[in-house]
Amino acid sequence: MFRNTYDSDNTVFSPQGRLHQVEYALEAVKQGSAAVGLRSKTHSILLALKRSTGELASYQQKMFRIDDHIGIAIAGLTSDARVLSNFMRQQAMGERMLFNRPMPVNRIVSAIAEKAQVNTQEYGRRPYGVGFLVIGQDQSGPHLYEFSPSGISYEYYAMSIGARSQSAKTYLEKHYESFMDSNLEDLIRHGLHALRETLQQDKELTINNTSIGIVGPAGEHEKGVSAEGSFRILEGEKVDPYLKMMIPKETNEGAGRTAAAADPAPGDEDVQMAE
Amino acid sequence: MTSIGTGYDLSASTYSPDGRIFQVEYANKAVENSGTAIGLRVKDGVVLAVEKLVHSKLLMPGSNRRIETIDKHIGMTTAGLLADGRHLADRARDEATGYRQTYRIPPPLKAVADRLGLYVQAYTLYSSVRPFGISTILAAVDKDGPELFVVEPSGVHYGYNGAAVGKGRQLAKTELEKLKFSELSTREAVFEAARIIYLVHDDAKDKEFELEISWIGAESSGLHEPVPADLFAEAERKAKEAIETFE
Amino acid sequence: MDHFPTNWGRPRNEKHDAYNTYPLHDRPYNGPKDSFAEGVQRTQQPIVTGTSVLAFKYKDGIMMAADNLASYGSLARFKDIQRLHPVGSYTVIGAGGDMSDFQYIQGMLEDLIIEEENTAADGHKLGPAEIHEYLSLVMYQRRSKLNPLWNSLLVGGFKDGQRFLAYVDLLGTTYTSSTIATGYGAYIAQPLLRKAVEGKEDLLTEEQAREIMEQSLRVLFYRDARSLNKFQIATITAAGATISESRTLKTEWAFAEGIRGYGAQVQ
Repeated sequence: MFRNTYDSDNTVFSPQGRLHQVEYALEAVKQGSAAVGLRSKTHSILLALKRSTGELASYQQKMFRIDDHIGIAIAGLTSDARVLSNFMRQQAMGERMLFNRPMPVNRIVSAIAEKAQVNTQEYGRRPYGVGFLVIGQDQSGPHLYEFSPSGISYEYYAMSIGARSQSAKTYLEKHYESFMDSNLEDLIRHGLHALRETLQQDKELTINNTSIGIVGPAGEHEKGVSAEGSFRILEGEKVDPYLKMMIPKETNEGAGRTAAAADPAPGDEDVQMAE
Repeated sequence: MTSIGTGYDLSASTYSPDGRIFQVEYANKAVENSGTAIGLRVKDGVVLAVEKLVHSKLLMPGSNRRIETIDKHIGMTTAGLLADGRHLADRARDEATGYRQTYRIPPPLKAVADRLGLYVQAYTLYSSVRPFGISTILAAVDKDGPELFVVEPSGVHYGYNGAAVGKGRQLAKTELEKLKFSELSTREAVFEAARIIYLVHDDAKDKEFELEISWIGAESSGLHEPVPADLFAEAERKAKEAIETFE
Repeated sequence: MDHFPTNWGRPRNEKHDAYNTYPLHDRPYNGPKDSFAEGVQRTQQPIVTGTSVLAFKYKDGIMMAADNLASYGSLARFKDIQRLHPVGSYTVIGAGGDMSDFQYIQGMLEDLIIEEENTAADGHKLGPAEIHEYLSLVMYQRRSKLNPLWNSLLVGGFKDGQRFLAYVDLLGTTYTSSTIATGYGAYIAQPLLRKAVEGKEDLLTEEQAREIMEQSLRVLFYRDARSLNKFQIATITAAGATISESRTLKTEWAFAEGIRGYGAQVQ
C-alpha cells in the first residue's frame, strides 16, 4: 500500500533520518497553482495564477489580506490556508491590542512556522498541506518570506511556490539582482514574466486568472492607495495595465520555453526539511 | 542496515532485541546531514559558530539566522531539522523565563540544559511522538562562569570545553582537541571558530555556506550577541587565509 | 484529620465537648475555616508607599524625577529606594504607590524586554509608546479583576526622534501631557510645572529643565510629609536613558519671620 515502511506516519524517522510524511506534504504544495513573490527597496509584491474548475466556476482565491501591512499568497490546500491565515490575523490583531503597533513580519511568519512544526512531530496529525509567500512592511522596510509545511520559514529577494514553480525560480535567479532598485512597475513586470513561466503550453496570463498583491507606495496605475501603502490585491481590470506592460515571450526569451517545459526534478524541492 | 525491515525500528517506544531504540538512532542521522555547528568554552567567555548552508542564491544574506538567543546571557544553536531547532529554542526560552519568574535571577545554564534534556528525553518514550532530529549546543556565561552543553536526540546532555555537531563534527572535534581552552580569550576563540568552520566545509560536495558567529563575554557585556561586524570580517578573512595554507 | 498540631491531644472543643461525648460525625468543627466563607478580600490599600513622581518634556526629550523614600504609613521606612526604572533601550518608568507592586511590575517588564529585545533579536524594539500601551492594559485588567496594582506610573521615553510622556494608574486611567506629576505632586508641583514648561517644551535646555525640576522638588519636600530630600533625576533623550545618582537640595528651615500671607495677620 505504501511506497515504503517509513512513510505512513509523521512520527517515524526513516533510517536515513528523513520524514516522508513531511516530504509528501511539500508535494501537496506543488499541486497548487503557482505564486511568485518579489521585493525591492520600497515594495514587496505577490503574483498568483488562479485556477477555475470550469467555465461556470469562479476562480479560486489565491491571496489573503492578513493586516494593513501584511498579505499572503498560497499554494496547496486552500482550507489549510484559511486556518493558518485566520491564526495570522489573530496574531496581528493581538500585537495591535497589546502594543498598538503593526506586527513585525518576521514574527508572524515564525509564529505559523512554529505551529506547523508541531504537526510534523505528533501522532494523529498531518503536516499542513499548504505553502505561503508572505509579504509585508514594518519598521525595517518591505519583506518577502516563504513558509512551508515542514515548519521552516526563509526570507528571500524573490521566490516562487506551487506547480512548475521551478521554472519561475529559474527566471527569478537570472534577474533578481536588478529587483532591489526596481520601481513598482518593473517589479510587477518581472513578476508576471516569472509567473508566465509556470503556465501550461496553451495558456496565458489574463485579467481573470492573475492576481497581484502589493505593499508599498502607490504605483503609476494605482488610485486610492493609503499613504502607508497598505496591502492591496489587484484583480480583474486593475491587472490589465500590468499585463499590457509584459514583453512578449518570443522576443524576450528564446530559451524560456525549454525551461518552462521542464518539471522540477524530484530531488530539487522548494524547501528541504534540513538544509 | 540490520535494523531495516525487522519492525523494531518503527517507533520510539520499541526496543530491538539487543536493547536499542532505532528511532533515536535515526534521529541522529537527521543531525548528521546538517551543516556543522561548534561551540568553544574558553577562559573568559563562550563562542558559537555555524556553517549555514545556503540552498538558494535568492535567500537574503544575513537573515534566517541559525544561532538563537535564549536569555540575555544564553545562546543556542542546533544541527539537524531546522524546524525542530526553532521549537526547542522556544522551549528553552520558556524554561529560562520560568526560572526567572521563580527565582528572579538569571538562570544558570545547567538548569536550562537539565530541563531541556528532560524535555527531549520525553520524546524518546512514546510511539505518539518522534524524537527531536537535532543536536543542540547551549552556551552561556552565568554565575559559574563560561558554560557549554550539548543536548542530543536521546536527551543526554554533557558539559564540554569544545563541542561540534552536524556533518563535519569529526574533523571539527580533531581541530578543537588541539586548542588550549583554558588559555584562549573569547576574542581569540572567535578566530579559531571561524577557521574550523571554514576548514570543515566541504566545497566539493556542499552548496554555498554563510558563516554565523556569536559570543558571550566581557566584550559583549555578558550578553549573547552576534560578534561585531569588523571582528567578523577579520575572522572570516583570516579563516580563508588559513584554509589556503592548510591545503 | 486535624492538620493543626496545636489542636492535637486537646479536647475537641473546650466549650462544647470537653469530654468527647459527641459522636464523631457531629462533633463541633474547630479546624481551619473555608477561606471563602466570609468572601474574598483583595488589596484594600497600599502598604509600603512611594510618593510623587514628576516629569515633563524639554528640548532634548523627557526629564523625570522621584525621591528615594518608601514610607510605611507615616514612618520613613526605606530611604534608599529607587523609584525610577529603565525599561528596554528607550524608556524610563517612575512609580508612586505600593512599592511591592512596583517591584512586581519591574519583574514583569524585565521578562517582557528579554522576550521582545534580547531573544527576538530582530531589531523590533519596544519604545515608550508600546510599553505604555502594554502597562495600561495590565493595570486595567487588574482593576477589572478588583485586584489592582496600587501604583500611579509615569512612562517617559525617546524613540525615532519622538518624545513620549504618559501616565497610567491603578484604575487603568491613562493620559498624556507635556508635564505630569503623580500623587501629592499633582496638587503642589503640577501647577508650577505647567507655568514653567507649557509652550516652552521645544526651548528649554537641559540646564533650565533641571532648574525647574529642582525647584518643584524643593517645594514638594517642604509641603509633602511623605517626601525625602534625596532624589534622582532621569533624562531620556536621543542618546538614551540616564538615571542620576541620588542627590539632595539646599533647604532653609529658619524661623519664617519675614513671611506674610498666611493666617490671621494684621499687617
